Amino acid sequence: MALKKQNSHSIAVKNKNSFTKAFVQGNVKTKLSALVFGLGNILNKQIIHGLLLLAVEVVYIIYMVNTGIQSIVNFITLGTKTKVEVYNEAKQIYEYVMGDNSMLCLLYGVVTIFITLGFLFMLSTSVRSAYASQLRKEKMLHQPTFIEELRTLKHQRLHVTLLSLPTMGIIIFTIVPLVFMILVAFTNYDNTHQAPANLFDWVGLANFKTILTSGSAMSKTFWPVLGWTLIWAVCATASNFMLGIILALLINRKATRAKGFWRFIFVLSIAVPQFVSLLTMRTMLNTNGAFNVILRSLGFSGIPFLTDPAIAKVAVIIVNIWVGVPYTLLISSGILKSIPENMYEAAKLDGANPVKIFFKITMPYMLFVMTPYLITQFAGNINNFNVIYLLTSGGPKTVDYHYAGKTDLLVTWLYSLTVTNSDYNMGAVIGIIVFIILAFVSLVTYRHSVSYKDEETFQ
Amino acid sequence: MKAKKIITNSIVHIILAILGFIWVLPLFITVLTSFRKESGQYKTYIFPKEYTLDNYINLFSDSGSLNYSKWFMNTLIVSICCCIVSTLFVLCVAYTMSRLRFKMRKPMMNISLIIGMFPAFMSMIAVYYILKGIGLLETGQLKLVALGMVYSGGAGAAFFIAKGFFDTIPKALDEAAFLDGASNWDVFTKISLPLTKPIVVYTLMTSFMAPWIDFVFARVILGNDRTYYTVAVGLFTMLEQEFVEYYYTRFFAGAVIISIPISILFLFTQKYYAESMAGAVKG
Repeated sequence: MALKKQNSHSIAVKNKNSFTKAFVQGNVKTKLSALVFGLGNILNKQIIHGLLLLAVEVVYIIYMVNTGIQSIVNFITLGTKTKVEVYNEAKQIYEYVMGDNSMLCLLYGVVTIFITLGFLFMLSTSVRSAYASQLRKEKMLHQPTFIEELRTLKHQRLHVTLLSLPTMGIIIFTIVPLVFMILVAFTNYDNTHQAPANLFDWVGLANFKTILTSGSAMSKTFWPVLGWTLIWAVCATASNFMLGIILALLINRKATRAKGFWRFIFVLSIAVPQFVSLLTMRTMLNTNGAFNVILRSLGFSGIPFLTDPAIAKVAVIIVNIWVGVPYTLLISSGILKSIPENMYEAAKLDGANPVKIFFKITMPYMLFVMTPYLITQFAGNINNFNVIYLLTSGGPKTVDYHYAGKTDLLVTWLYSLTVTNSDYNMGAVIGIIVFIILAFVSLVTYRHSVSYKDEETFQ
Repeated sequence: MKAKKIITNSIVHIILAILGFIWVLPLFITVLTSFRKESGQYKTYIFPKEYTLDNYINLFSDSGSLNYSKWFMNTLIVSICCCIVSTLFVLCVAYTMSRLRFKMRKPMMNISLIIGMFPAFMSMIAVYYILKGIGLLETGQLKLVALGMVYSGGAGAAFFIAKGFFDTIPKALDEAAFLDGASNWDVFTKISLPLTKPIVVYTLMTSFMAPWIDFVFARVILGNDRTYYTVAVGLFTMLEQEFVEYYYTRFFAGAVIISIPISILFLFTQKYYAESMAGAVKG
């Protein structure tokens, strides 16, 4: 047991050193470990550990020589040769010689950059672990064997064990694609520059200029769509919050009978997949749908729920109330119970009516507790793809906009630009703008929220 | 005074009844349409003239290009794999971020917050080409594997709710275990996991439901081969111009069939859902 403790201590030495400290204070063997990975460990009897580090370096060098360097060059140029027709003398026919594919150049470039980052991390690891073994040697401590080091994966370095696979997944399926798309925003990868027939190239900030300032169709679409996205997000979040709490209050009143039944009725709508319930809504709201059938049979004329721009905007907000209120109901029920009863009693003694109590006590309290939830809701509504896409598909279409309709949000516009139109560069710019909006909104609201300012008092 | 109370009470109940009716109406119409005998999308009446079970029977007996039972199996397999992998990932990351302390902890948490602020399918096209580059889009079966990887691969980034849950377990329990010579691994598997059953169930259920509901990623990745569609994408095909008149009622039958298990799962996990969201609200 005593030996085990000493081992764990001697391993812990390694983690405390930064790369610069290890490199500056290390001896020659440690410094050379930056060039030949694992050298320090091998010379200090940690042979398997050192050899594994060396293997990583060898694999990286082989990769770079074979494809990596070319990938980096292609990443900078984004390809130089287009597809050309060449006359084949032997066969007496014209043949196509494949040129470069800019999209793949960019993708492999990003992948190579990430592999190089991993390599640099291993370089730092090599120097640090060489330094640690140097220190252990100087202090005459036991050098842990490979098996002993593996054992630390269950305790001191459990985070490495638990995080390695999920992190790999996130890097491959989220971060690399995201970096790729962010870079696309700085190229002219639109529907006239499609691989493999055409190349695309870096254009700097030109796309941002087109979308934000120029008088082109793009910017004439962007600003109104941005405006509607913000109006939508505010209305959708506020209406869900207010009505959800009112509904929760109605259900949780002492005198209300069959509370469980009411909750079940409202929560049922969450349980049905959105694409089913929203598509049903769409058919119901259609010019010949159920609502208009009822209206006409009552002698009214039909209402163009989804084809008139203004009515369609109101309609999607109302349908979103149907979608969102049950969530608020579900979450706020528990919190409502935690409002101190004596606050209500005091207000009643002062002669406040229920409306006043709602606005002066219930709402401020709920706002305070639910601010983080509201921010996530707001972000969720800015990115609310399902409701708009399934109900109106962005329509009613208009000629004023570039491939967008009157109810299109930035995300649904992004979808139609990339998936149906292949204007990837513009889609990427919109994605970045959405990110900036969300980051800004979350930062500002967190800073102005009571929970941020008074953080100390609750700790 | 008493009369006034009775009046307010009945008003509240009437309001609830009206609202409840509005909330159930679309679901009711979904079920009604699934039993309608007359095909076609728009009718000048609401209640079907004739009722039939044919829509449900045809759904499973028809093995043509729109093969519902095949789609159902595809989705089931994808969602089982996806729910196991995602849950493992989420629990590992959540426990690590909640209990273990290491240099990269804060930066990693911040990165996952930042990632969450980009629109999810902004990177969809890039994911598509990466999968193509690895060679996972060659055959239909591989496409389903690829879809499962897309659903579960990035799952680790959504650990915040689960982390909040781990945070609520008293540290004293861990310390007692350490005194008995337990390692962090033992604490994770033998103490923390059994105590966080609600969040395990919640994560399992939500990740199980994802493949049944998603139609955006699935449509991009699965392409044109209808045999290897998932239910959501398949049902969407039924609403395409060429099919909609004939398949409209069958679409609703298919929708009802997937809604039933999802509703049951949801009502079953509702308690956990509310609990975990309340945890997230409290921060």
